[in-house]
This record gives sequence, C-alpha cells and structure tokens, in this order.
Amino acid sequence: MLKYIFKRILMLIPVLIGVSIIVFLIMRVFSPDPAPIVLGQHATQEAVEVWRQANGLNDPIYLQYFNYITGALTGDLGTSYYTKMPVAKEIFARFPATIELALVAIMLASFFGILIGVISAVKKNSIFDNAGMFIALIGVSMPIFWLGILLIIFFSGTLHWLPSSGRIDPMLQPLDITGFYLIDSLMTNNIDAFKDAFRHLVLPASALAMYSMAIIARMTRSSMLETLQQDFIRTARAKGISEGRVIIRHALRNGLIPIVTVIGLQLGSLLGGAVLTETVFSWPGIGAYTVACILKSDFPVVQGVVLLIASIFVLVNLIVDVIYAFLDPRIKYSKKEV
Amino acid sequence: MLLEVKNLRTEFKLKRGTVRAVDDVSFTIDKGEILAIVGESGSGKSVTSLSLMGLIQKPGGVAGGEILFKSQDLSKLSQKELQEIRGNKISMIFQEPMTSLNPVWRIKDQIMENIMTHMKMSKKEALARTVEMLDTVGIPSPAERANDYPHQMSGGMRQRVMTAMALSCEPDLLIADEPTTALDVTIQAQILELLYQMREKFNMAVLLITHDLGVVYEAADRVIVMYCGKIVEEADVKTLFEQPQHPYTVGLLQSIPQIDNESDEHLFMIKGMVPNPLHMPPGCSFSDRCDRCMERCTKEMPELQEINGHKVRCFLYDKAEEGELSAK
Ligand SMILES: Nc1ncnc2c1ncn2[C@@H]1O[C@H](COP(=O)(O)OP(=O)(O)O)[C@@H](O)[C@H]1O
Ligand code: SF4
Ligand SMILES: [Mg+2]
Repeated sequence: MLKYIFKRILMLIPVLIGVSIIVFLIMRVFSPDPAPIVLGQHATQEAVEVWRQANGLNDPIYLQYFNYITGALTGDLGTSYYTKMPVAKEIFARFPATIELALVAIMLASFFGILIGVISAVKKNSIFDNAGMFIALIGVSMPIFWLGILLIIFFSGTLHWLPSSGRIDPMLQPLDITGFYLIDSLMTNNIDAFKDAFRHLVLPASALAMYSMAIIARMTRSSMLETLQQDFIRTARAKGISEGRVIIRHALRNGLIPIVTVIGLQLGSLLGGAVLTETVFSWPGIGAYTVACILKSDFPVVQGVVLLIASIFVLVNLIVDVIYAFLDPRIKYSKKEV
Repeated sequence: MLLEVKNLRTEFKLKRGTVRAVDDVSFTIDKGEILAIVGESGSGKSVTSLSLMGLIQKPGGVAGGEILFKSQDLSKLSQKELQEIRGNKISMIFQEPMTSLNPVWRIKDQIMENIMTHMKMSKKEALARTVEMLDTVGIPSPAERANDYPHQMSGGMRQRVMTAMALSCEPDLLIADEPTTALDVTIQAQILELLYQMREKFNMAVLLITHDLGVVYEAADRVIVMYCGKIVEEADVKTLFEQPQHPYTVGLLQSIPQIDNESDEHLFMIKGMVPNPLHMPPGCSFSDRCDRCMERCTKEMPELQEINGHKVRCFLYDKAEEGELSAK
C-alpha cells in the first residue's frame, strides 16, 4: 500500500510537467502582452523592451519554459509582475481561505447529501423522498452566483442573521498559524474569533455546497437503493439487528464506495465553483485573485496557481483510491495495477 | 408443537394488481423435525419463509393468518419484538452464499454481531463462541479463517459460515431457503450432511426449502408441495415418494434425474410454465398444465383434504365423491 502511494505521488511529476507546458503555452498564445498592462498605456517603447528583457519574455519560448520549470523544481515559482512578491507567497496568503471554504463546503455537502440520499432511498417514493429529490433538483439547476445572491438578500439583508462578505471581522482576526481561521482561532483559544469566522463561512459555504450536495444526494440515493436490494441486507435483517443498524452499518457502509468517488470529484469541482462564490461573497481567496491575474496577464501567478490546483486534483484522487482500499477489502493495489 | 402456521396469506400490492404469493397455507413443525417445502421457482416458498420471520418488504405484507411459534403469534408482533426472535430463536440461511454475506465485513464480525445482538456476551466471549461455531460447522483452522473476508472463501465455505452464524444462538428453528441450490453437487451433499448433523447436535427443527426433490429425499421427515402459493400435497417423505397423489407431485417426481438410468431418454418435464400470478387460470391453478384435468377443474378450486395424514388438493381424490382417498 505504501509503495502504491509512493508510486502515485511520483506520477505527479509527469502530470505537473504536462499541465505546466499547457498553461505556459496558453498564457503566451492567448493572453495579451503583459508589458503595457504592467507599465501602463503610455509607457515608451524602450521601457517596454527593457521590462520584457528583464522578465525573460524576449527569449525563445522553449528557453522561457526551461528556465521556468528548472526554477519551479527548486521551489522558485517566480515573482508577480505587479506586486513583485514571490508567487508562492502570493498564493499561500490566499490559498487557505479558499481551502477552508471548500473543505467546509464539501463537509456540508457530504453530510447533508448523504443524509438526504439515505432518507430518500429508505423512504423511497414517500413525501420525504420527493422532497429530498426536489431539493437536489434545485441544487443542480440553480446557478451558484444566483443562489449566493439570494442567500445574501435573505439571510443578511432581510433577517440580518449572517454577514454577507469577508472572512472575519478584522478586529477579531486570529494569529496566523495555519491560515485556516477556524483552526487558528481554536489553537489560540479565541472563541469569539471562531464564532465570527464560522458565521462568515456559513453563507458562502452553503452556496458553494448546494450543487455538490445535490449530486451527492442523488448518488447516495441510487447507491443505497441498489445496496438495500442485496442479499446480505436480508441476511442482516434475519439476524435480528435493528433496522437503523442494517441501514447504516450494512447498507450505507457498502454503498459508500461510489459515494466517495463522487465526493472526490466534487471536491475538485468545488475549487472551480469557489471562483464565483468568492466573487459574490467578497471572499479573500485564490479564486477571485486568479481571475484578476489572468485578466492582467500575470503569467507567473497564473502558472503557479494552475500547478497547485493540478497537484491537489491528483492528491485528492490518490486519497479517494486509498479510502477505497479501506472501504472495500476486495480492492488490493498491487504493483501491476499501478 | 414448535410452529403452527394457520391460513397464512401474503400479498404484494403492485400497480398492476395484487399478487397473492402465499395463499391459505397451514402447516406445523415439531421440535427437531425437518419439514421440506418443495415446488418450482415462483411457487411461494421463499415468501412463506420470509413471512414467518416478518421479513417481507413493501409493497408486500402478511395479509392474514396466524404464525404460532411456541404459542406466540408472530404475525401480531412489532418489528422490535420480532428482532428479538430473529437470529435467536428462528434463524435463516439463504440460497446465495456468494452474496448473502456482507462483502466488506470480516466473517467474525458478522457472526459476532449476531451473537452480541442476542446474548449478553463480551466481545472476547463472542469471538470465542464465533471460533467455536466455525469449528462446529467444519471450517478448518477456524481462528484464522475468522479473520477472512467472504471473498476469500469458496461457496461451500461461505455456506458453512452462514450456517455457523445462523446456529450461533442455538435457534429452535432453522429456515434453510435453498441452501444447496447454488453449490456443486459434492458440496451440496456436504452441506446437507452438515444440516443433518446440526439438527442432531442442537435438536432444532429445520424448515428446508428446495425445488430439488433429491434433497428432500435425503434430508426431510415430512414434505409440503407448493404450487402457485398454495399447498397441493403434504405427506411424510416415504409416502410422498412411494404414493404421490397430486398430478403436480407426480410430475415433479418424474423429472428427478435418475443416476442409474443410463438410457438417453429425455428427462420428463411438466409441460407448460408456472402461470403469471396476475393471470391465474380459473379453478385449479394447475389445470392449464395438468394431464388429468377435468371439466370441473377449470371452474372450481379444489380444497386441501386430509386422509390418514396425507393431504392433497385435487378433484381426483374428492372425499365427497369417493369417501376415501383413491386414484381414479
Ligand atoms: N418483491 C416482490 N414483489 C412482487 N412479487 C413478489 C415479490 N417477491 C415474490 N413475489 C411473488 O411471489 C411469488 C413467489 O415467490 P417466491 O416465494 O420467491 O418463490 P420461490 O418458491 O421460488 O421461492 C413470485 O412468483 C412473485 O409473483
Ligand atoms: S384438480 Fe384437476 S386440474 Fe387440478 S391437479 Fe387435480 S386433476 Fe389436475
Ligand atoms: Mg425462492
């Protein structure tokens, strides 16, 4: 198993090289020249040339890539054209906000998705099932920004229950340890900060979670309907154990395998949805920032973000595979299958 | 009397109509007795056994009758009360050993779950009992095999595990629904032998469900023949095999493959097919396949009549006309 995990991590390298080549080319072919944007419209021709020379943009493209990738392999992702700060620093200043949002969203989506799915399957064709699947239908059809705006209007505007933007009240900002405010505030025993960070998270995380929750609920329902028909469920009932135990310990435990796949896929797509959510809720994360950098042709930052996201995708996939092996004893990752 | 089933009726309410899968079925099982139910697929054997356990799932349900187990009517009990009986006083093994065990649990956990649900035992004691039961049903090196997952075992071994689990709380009644159907012939014989031994060892009654009369002959004391949800004949094994009366039973007996019959005569088959439960023939349910069908058979349903402990549901043996059971 460890060997398998190690091999999969090694496989990250070709993936990252491929992804980096693609994003490198796309940025240089389709993005406007960054020089006039950085220097302003009225910059002189010489100034533009000097800037391009200084940032290596006059080199042949393969040389540019070579320089970039050798730097990246040693941990140097370059500096932002605008802030002149190292890209890694720029990213890690914003990344925890996005990850925190995405993780809370996937937890919400998984919990409520599985709950709704299980109830719908167990009470098939009942009013609970219909209500659950109606919620799921809304979840898959409602655009995220629209849902976000509705949530803001209702819960912040009308009811004044929850804040509509930002991560935390600046007065309460906890000491930066991990960058995850929920964790940092707990580590520093700052309960007020925890509550405030949580209150700020509720709306954007709910908006972001809705679609995934709907997908997870549908998957859970169909997976549970299938497992509940299996012979071993009848065996479990014949043992005289309670119906709740039959449903959770036997049916859900078996139905979980496809559900975990969907959760893994959704975690990936949440990072995409985060861009919109961050914009609607003024969430200081990486999504909205990256969009701005794409528009400004800030090549090094965009490349860095894409590499990071690609790595996360691969790692999430790996984690899902490892969870499989725990969930299903019939799965064995041998060397051959790698 | 351990179990007395009276006029059991189980129905499935489908959109296209109501299927009466078990219709007015009555029988008894004594302590330590092996009662077999035979019949073609779809005759209501499994539904009968699941009805006893209160395990019929929606849209089905027991629609009438009594299930007196040690004089307690199981059909009146709540699911909670039934849970105390299932796996404890009455337990069950099923046809598909490949799929009847939970694939993601070690077999010891599955057996221990049964034990700990019904017996006040610590984990350690339950594990010890699990290993003991695996040993009893003939699993070699039971302490190690207890850690296996079902997919690591053969079909025969899994059926032994199912048996160990079913017997782990020493039930008074074991319901075995086609326990050998999915197995190779040699393994079939071993599992039947095992059931026989276990019956002796634990002095329990067995309700043995099968479509295979060969199995019945090997193992059972008494036999019920079911067709389309109804009992059509009931007798002790010897009588049934020597003097079958219902044309359906006669047909079933003729279709048993004979090992000593080396001619390449075609195996006898009852003509036609089991009728669609939503479109039963009027009168006797067997009338559309019966060689001896009479005019009356297509109009009325014969009653189950008993003479000297031999019961049969057929107008050929109508007491009212003959006064005595005898073939015409
Ligand atoms: N879940 C179900 N839904 C609808 N009808 C069913 C269901 N289970 C059984 N039946 C009906 O009951 C009849 C008897 O089934 P069963 O008891 O499984 O037969 P067998 O004798 O082969 O065990 C079937 O032919 C079918 O019409
Ligand atoms: S009642 Fe008539 S149709 Fe039915 S089994 Fe007897 S002879 Fe055949
Ligand atoms: Mg059956």
